[in-house]
Amino acid sequence: MGLKQNLHKLKEKYEGTKAAPAFNALHTFLYTPNDTTHNGTHIKAVDDLKRTMNTVILALIPLVIFGMFNAGYQHHLAFGDIQAVTGGFFSSEFWTLDNFMIGFWKILPLIIISYGVGLGVEFIFAIIKGHEVEEGYLVTGMLVPLIVPIDIPLWMLSVAVIFGVVIGKEVFGGTGMNILNPALTIRAFLFFAYPTWMSGDKVWVNGAVERSNEIIAGAKVDAISGETLLGTLAQGKEVVYSVWDMFYGFIPGSVGETSTLLILLGGLFLIFSKIGSWRIMLSATLGALAMGLIFNGIADAGWIAEGSKFYTLMSTTFWHHLLIGGFAFGVVYMATDPVTASQTNKGKWIYGFLIGFMSIMIRVFNPAYPEGVMLAILLMNVFAPTIDHYVVQGNVKKRLKRIKVKTT
Amino acid sequence: MGLLSKKDAQLITDPLTDNNPVTIQVLGICSALAITAELEASLVMAISVLFVLSIGNVVISLMRNIIPSKIRIIVQLIVVAALVIVVDLVLKAFAYELSKTLSVFVGLIITNCIIMGRFEAFALANGPWKAFLDGIGNSLGYGVILIIVGFFRELLGSGTLFGIPVLGDPIAKTGLYSIGYENNGFIIMPPMALIVLGIIIWIQRSRNEALIEEH
Repeated sequence: MGLKQNLHKLKEKYEGTKAAPAFNALHTFLYTPNDTTHNGTHIKAVDDLKRTMNTVILALIPLVIFGMFNAGYQHHLAFGDIQAVTGGFFSSEFWTLDNFMIGFWKILPLIIISYGVGLGVEFIFAIIKGHEVEEGYLVTGMLVPLIVPIDIPLWMLSVAVIFGVVIGKEVFGGTGMNILNPALTIRAFLFFAYPTWMSGDKVWVNGAVERSNEIIAGAKVDAISGETLLGTLAQGKEVVYSVWDMFYGFIPGSVGETSTLLILLGGLFLIFSKIGSWRIMLSATLGALAMGLIFNGIADAGWIAEGSKFYTLMSTTFWHHLLIGGFAFGVVYMATDPVTASQTNKGKWIYGFLIGFMSIMIRVFNPAYPEGVMLAILLMNVFAPTIDHYVVQGNVKKRLKRIKVKTT
Repeated sequence: MGLLSKKDAQLITDPLTDNNPVTIQVLGICSALAITAELEASLVMAISVLFVLSIGNVVISLMRNIIPSKIRIIVQLIVVAALVIVVDLVLKAFAYELSKTLSVFVGLIITNCIIMGRFEAFALANGPWKAFLDGIGNSLGYGVILIIVGFFRELLGSGTLFGIPVLGDPIAKTGLYSIGYENNGFIIMPPMALIVLGIIIWIQRSRNEALIEEH
């Protein structure tokens, strides 16, 4: 009697009752269902929706672990306990157990809340509607803790997750029917609902909020400032981090989006396991570079005054935009969401390019909302079906023309 | 028999539930999104529409046999415009602050689809008493939705009801705020009004199977 058999028995016991979908989901999440075909002419593939989701989660695990180390590192750095590391990606001062534990105890609750609340909503909907529990939340649940600031209050996260799953996904009919990426819907909700917890110079470093509360209460300690690079640039200040810091991810930011290096590796993994679309990733990068070059050109040509509030962001070296903020994370893990992205190959190029293009544009022109990639992806999610429609229509027209040439 | 016959009573009760102008006919959405961030504004808007629609319906109903049908829209517009100006001036005289909050939306009652819709669909074909009841019913149906949306938006967005703090003081951190609660800034924005309205429609339709459209 293994776990599988027990689960199967539970499933049979609740067959036909209201809770059946819940037990069925547990069973198929862990094992291949018992009622698959065994003979005949069927081709069996193991990569169902759950396996696909699990592959993405696998690609996210390094980011979670890095995020935990980075949380502790940023905490110590901001409080002046340690000096900035200089020894490259593997320098031992960064990868300490102490750093990890600080991050672990901050990030674990985020993950638990995200999965607990999100899957709870999914189970409730499945039971009310009497259909199978949908797997869509498996990846979303892992993405959400990675794209929020580390100090976000847990109740806010719960409210946002309920909103994102219900309004972003369930009202459209569940997994596969949603127009907007649910994880980004959750982040956008947080962003507009509780802007003080989603931007500024306090929330990105563990403990900075507490410290500023102590100062308000009258404690005589130094204020902690841990601004993201985009926030710094939007205010026209100098960035103190080196390009390598940005690439390795030793910078403040949302929990899991700082390390461009690991995101790059995760992206390659997704491309080689044929889960993420390389067309979208590549075209988005090209789009961002194009927009960055245009802005650099404008700044170099002197069309914009140096005192302008856009100048600092505009004159940022164009490829630095790929390393800072959530751009890399958004493009690799969010824009490639197979449900909300364009489906046609030509459409993917257009969709990706515009995401990159708009991300940088929003970044530069809207200092109040420095994270352009979130808004750009949500915007292009809305346009993806339109792009597909015109790509397909264009194809139809081309073929009709070919028929006409042949028949005449 | 009470004050109203059964048919007459239906003129008032139908628009409140199964034939609600906002949630079922989806009319008057523009103002429902724009002014429901505060409960007080919602209430005043509801009363204004009640006044304009019930009086307007009676006036149009009285004139229904003498209006040439070619110019009936213009006549209807003049009636609404006259009534809206009365409302606007009354608000400016007695509730200046509120009229500033409502700004152009009082003026835009003229273009509220519910009003023109009722004139066209009901007042032109029925007597003044029925038209009056129909006006009351429809504007109450509109007002109820406005007040529900306004209630949730003001409570969750500002922590107040009619401007009175009910959840504590966000600056001094009393009441709910002392345990870390914060106002939701998103719900004040128009997109959330649309979503709150959508949720009301969702609940209403899931409770009444007859309202679900075939597709």
